[in-house]
Amino acid sequence: MAETMSPPKSRLLDGPRGSKPKSRFSRRNIFLYGTLLLVSVYYLLPLYVMVVTSLKGMPEIRLGNIFAPPVDITFEPWVKAWAEACTGINCDGLSRGFGNSIKILVPSVALSIAIASVNGYALANWKFKGSEVFFTILIIGAFIPYQTMIYPIVIMLREIKLMGSLWGLVLVHTVFGMPILTLLFRNYFTSLPEELFKAARVDGAGFWGIYFRVMLPMSIPIFVVAMILQVTGIWNDFLFGVIYTKPETYPMTVQLNNIVNSVQGVKEYNVNMAATLLTGLVPLIIYFVSGKLFVRGIAAGAVKG
Amino acid sequence: MSHAENPRGAERSARRPRQLFRNLNAKFASLPMILTALVVFVGGTAWTVAHSFTKSRLLPKWDFVGFDQYERLWNSNRWMISVENLMIYGVCSLVLTMVLGFTLAALLDRKIRFESAFRTIFLYPFALSFIVTGLAWQWILNPDFGLQGVVRGWGWESFTFDPLNNPDIVIFGVLIAGLWQGTGFVMVIMLAGLRGIDEDIWKASRVDGIGVAKTYVRVIIPMMRPVFVTALVIIASGIIKLYDLVVAQTNGGPGISSEVPAKYVINYMFQAQNLGQGFAASTMMLLSVIIVLVPWAYLEFGGKKRG
Repeated sequence: MAETMSPPKSRLLDGPRGSKPKSRFSRRNIFLYGTLLLVSVYYLLPLYVMVVTSLKGMPEIRLGNIFAPPVDITFEPWVKAWAEACTGINCDGLSRGFGNSIKILVPSVALSIAIASVNGYALANWKFKGSEVFFTILIIGAFIPYQTMIYPIVIMLREIKLMGSLWGLVLVHTVFGMPILTLLFRNYFTSLPEELFKAARVDGAGFWGIYFRVMLPMSIPIFVVAMILQVTGIWNDFLFGVIYTKPETYPMTVQLNNIVNSVQGVKEYNVNMAATLLTGLVPLIIYFVSGKLFVRGIAAGAVKG
Repeated sequence: MSHAENPRGAERSARRPRQLFRNLNAKFASLPMILTALVVFVGGTAWTVAHSFTKSRLLPKWDFVGFDQYERLWNSNRWMISVENLMIYGVCSLVLTMVLGFTLAALLDRKIRFESAFRTIFLYPFALSFIVTGLAWQWILNPDFGLQGVVRGWGWESFTFDPLNNPDIVIFGVLIAGLWQGTGFVMVIMLAGLRGIDEDIWKASRVDGIGVAKTYVRVIIPMMRPVFVTALVIIASGIIKLYDLVVAQTNGGPGISSEVPAKYVINYMFQAQNLGQGFAASTMMLLSVIIVLVPWAYLEFGGKKRG
């Protein structure tokens, strides 16, 4: 953009800008787009295979090949995956896991973001003695393998009578979401102009007043980024779900794995793929809708790990 | 509102020696962070490490046995297989995600059309759960109906590609799925790094008549060292956690040939009811993370003060 604004004199001296226009089908372009298209096929293939398989009947799967589009499109596998597939003695399909995941997701996302945003705000604007030390421990803690903390948390949850309940899992998600979210919010609040904070201070606003009336309204984008990060992260979690809940409260990923990898009965690949797609649908929709913000979320985690 | 909140009060107390009640609201608000950092992260980790030196079985108990659990761990066939698998997976996955991620990013950075469409395609697997990825690839690699079956159906009867049922190469079957999911993430980090490089560098290399490939290898990659290091640390600490993908795709099979350390820990803690082994194994995982992190932290923050 800025280049077009340059004075015409230098333009005359330099001659035309940019590289020489090339034919659309130069060797470079064929190589470039060919490679990218080939890789795209590799990336899209599994999704395509899942969709195609989930729309076929079992006889067609046994006879045909997995890449062939369905001859007789049937939505029965989807219905079965959602409402009839069995895990152990429960035969009400993935709908149960979906409900559990929603019940885990909503409070976890709300709680973790509320806590982490206030934390980040305190770290950015109200530093106190030791605040940076705790923050450093928190960030280092993000690299500790979950396996070393899993059992002590079992004991803690048992002590407060939350082991096996949805709320126990909500608490676990809040705790483990804290490092990345606090980092995200701290960096964002630090980047806001300090005059803003000082002006609010002079006007007599206190800790919570500034947070709710100045910081919060200015940080909607970063809250959206945090939400995307948490929704996909918590929805995709398997480890915490399998350890801290019991069969009735299993989140969707755990139930999905139990349905597909169950050793009893005949394998119904079409139902399995429909179930897999159903579980992947929520993060996929978020990904395709949010676009650049999703990228920003993962970049935020990467820039200053 | 408390007294410390009032600006004049804050000014007055700033002159006095620091006291516990200054900035009380901020301290109150940071309580969840402080508790998480101290109780769960530091406390929990210390608890687990300490209990790895006991003979806890069904329940944790304080029977100090020194390094017994570690001796048993390193004599266990299953643990050795787990470590070996993680090494193979880790090295291949690190090298390949970095090389492929950078190559894709470089291709996307050549001012092409439909860049955002390509980027969306390369990154979408990263939004999925490892369980979804594992199950999808389990189906594609199914020997009867999957890739092998299709190629045989085309008439190449002796074609064999059945990694998930072959103990020798099963970990590469997991690797294929892992690469599919993780490469897009590396690509995004690399692309951000490439975009941060000054356009003048490219102009200069064009003036000097240096080829595109050579410019990447000689100039761009050395300039992107910090990006590579960050990506390396993030991927490496993610690889050590490898668990869900294996559970979904192979569940450690055939036999125990695709076991990984993180799965060893969970199985011994929650199924085999041998807590001591689980604690010792998880302490080894912690140790490997430290081995990855300490040199990096030293390079990154050593000397200068942490900001």
